[in-house]
Amino acid sequence: MTPKPRTHGFDTLTLHAGAQADPATGARATPIYQSASFVFPDSDHAAALFNMERAGHVYSRLSNPTNAVLEERIAALEGGVGAIATASGQAALHLAIVTLMGAGSHIVASRALYGGSHNLLDYTLPRFGIATTFVDPRDLDAWRSAIRPETRLLFGETLGNPGLDVLDIARVAALAHDHGLPLLVDSTFTTPWLMRPFDHGADLVFHSATKFLSGHGVVIGGLVVDGGTFDWDGRGAGAGSAAARGKFPTLTEPYAGFHDMTFAEESTTAAFLLRARREGLRDFGACMAPMTAWQILQGIETLPVRMEKHVANARRIVGFLRDHPMVATVSYPELPDHPDHALAQRLLPRGCGAVFPVGLRATREQGRRFIESLRLFSHLANVGDAKSLVIHPASTTHFRMSAQDLERAGITEGTIRLSIGLEDPDDLIEDLSRALHAAGKA
Amino acid sequence: MRLAVDGREVYAYTGTRPVDPAKPAVVFAHGAANDHSVWLLQSRYFAHHGRTVLALDLPGHGRSAGPALASVEAIADWLAAVLDAAGLPQASLVGHSMGALAALSCAARHPAKVTKIALLGPAAPMEVSDALLAAARANDHVAYELINEWSTSAGKRIGGNTVPGMWILGTAMRLMERTAPGVLHTDLAACHAWGGGLDAARAVRCPSLLVVGARDVMAPPRAARALAETLPGARVVTLPDTGHAMMAEQPDAVLDALRGFL
Repeated sequence: MTPKPRTHGFDTLTLHAGAQADPATGARATPIYQSASFVFPDSDHAAALFNMERAGHVYSRLSNPTNAVLEERIAALEGGVGAIATASGQAALHLAIVTLMGAGSHIVASRALYGGSHNLLDYTLPRFGIATTFVDPRDLDAWRSAIRPETRLLFGETLGNPGLDVLDIARVAALAHDHGLPLLVDSTFTTPWLMRPFDHGADLVFHSATKFLSGHGVVIGGLVVDGGTFDWDGRGAGAGSAAARGKFPTLTEPYAGFHDMTFAEESTTAAFLLRARREGLRDFGACMAPMTAWQILQGIETLPVRMEKHVANARRIVGFLRDHPMVATVSYPELPDHPDHALAQRLLPRGCGAVFPVGLRATREQGRRFIESLRLFSHLANVGDAKSLVIHPASTTHFRMSAQDLERAGITEGTIRLSIGLEDPDDLIEDLSRALHAAGKA
Repeated sequence: MRLAVDGREVYAYTGTRPVDPAKPAVVFAHGAANDHSVWLLQSRYFAHHGRTVLALDLPGHGRSAGPALASVEAIADWLAAVLDAAGLPQASLVGHSMGALAALSCAARHPAKVTKIALLGPAAPMEVSDALLAAARANDHVAYELINEWSTSAGKRIGGNTVPGMWILGTAMRLMERTAPGVLHTDLAACHAWGGGLDAARAVRCPSLLVVGARDVMAPPRAARALAETLPGARVVTLPDTGHAMMAEQPDAVLDALRGFL
């Protein structure tokens, strides 16, 4: 009889992965290695560290022992090969893109994106020669027909922001691989507790770790994780296909900026991370502070228990709002009338997170009154905090988008986005009920 | 670099340095269902410290054309043929697990070509459990999972990788998953069937090093003892708290053991 492999479970990994009792002091908690640099034992060791002949830390822009624990932990939780911690979620997205492509390249992205990601792709990257075509994430033909010879990446969010379009990762990944392209997924809203995109075929994952991974809302940070499956040089080993051949010279051709290293030959499974660290962190410099990494680690330790309550509270609030006369729509994929209900049941059996949009039957003035009447919900630009949050996307996170783009992203003037926290759900319902009453009288 | 042996393409990582027959050569041979990338740090070090390095993809592995070779002797003869193809009259051989058996066999069968052998995670015999062989024969993913579990010491299964930001279990799993169906079974069966370990050890005349992981359950320290006693003048380095995946778990300690020997 075949023995059953014994691997650590998710909850255990949230507490332990990447960490050991500190070898220097025995400290059980991961220490904050608040040091810019690390002493070399001798000149040969120094040269070997610089030339990737030995493992270790040189300078905290490139790597840091506290950050390394966080990177290893998220890689373990996602089921990837490794990760890089960045200054923000936006920095993680930027690092992923610039590691894979340069001027003249093209991205196909879901149009249901966080406003900040949309800004980067639609307004800023074209200035550097990288164009993006936005498509309805539910329309596989639209993804297919948007792919051009110069396309280098497909990109979407596990749950589109803010309409909660569920990305059919397996189908979009299969399409991407048929064209020799990787699929990058923003998994911020779901975290690996709700879903692991690599299990469904995604190649790269990034997080704004500011959100649920941290949970405390006190830091800004990002993580990009490599699944280690994509076949960058199109040899036919791993995800992708021969169509990838020649598409990723940053990984498959010698890089003069690092001793003519060909990253896909140096590392069979982690070429992307090697280039991202050796070039992207080195030259663009959007590294994470060790203190930030430590604070995110504190959050991840309680991720399973927090996510369970986030989801339970969200379900209570969704139930309350759906039946309220001032509420026109609640977009939550667990509801049978959500267009991705069946897909969500398959992909997200543990729940669909705790961020969702609500359409009020209200004038703009009533919407304003609603938000300003809330007492427990904080009106601010963030999601995934332990505290409940509220925002009006059309005037804040998505204000640069045209009316047409807003409509395409499922946002109206009356759309309110809620991020449900960990408070007593009865208190949240009372807060919402009172604010809706105040709005009705406005 | 690309070579050809018996008309089949062979990939060898050289540490981004050209092959120079005037320099002492070091050839690295990986274990079952692995490729050259398991030697990344150590091979780069020697390539940049006065050696010519070939970190090979064995036939049917990584970028080298198949099929995978079905016996330890066949891999040993192939290693000798690679030296010819690369224009290297002699080399030191560094092998891990199955690669260690091949290096040992090569030193016995082709003594004029081998200057030193470093055997990492060796065993004689290298018995593979029936369950693992059966899972590998069926191309069942559980074979990779068992190897990953048994190859990595308990501490490193949790974390503390010395390579910043990398997850040892994930990296090892993704690498094995890239192997073509059937290759793992061919490799394991070759190891299991090879009964010539101690005879080969008696025939070896070049200096030898054994690097043993104190917590190796794939090739336990006791499985290397007979080899250590049989190889004339063998040097043995035991790495504490280290499993079979020693290049990943203790890259610097492995390098230091090799530096002191090669």
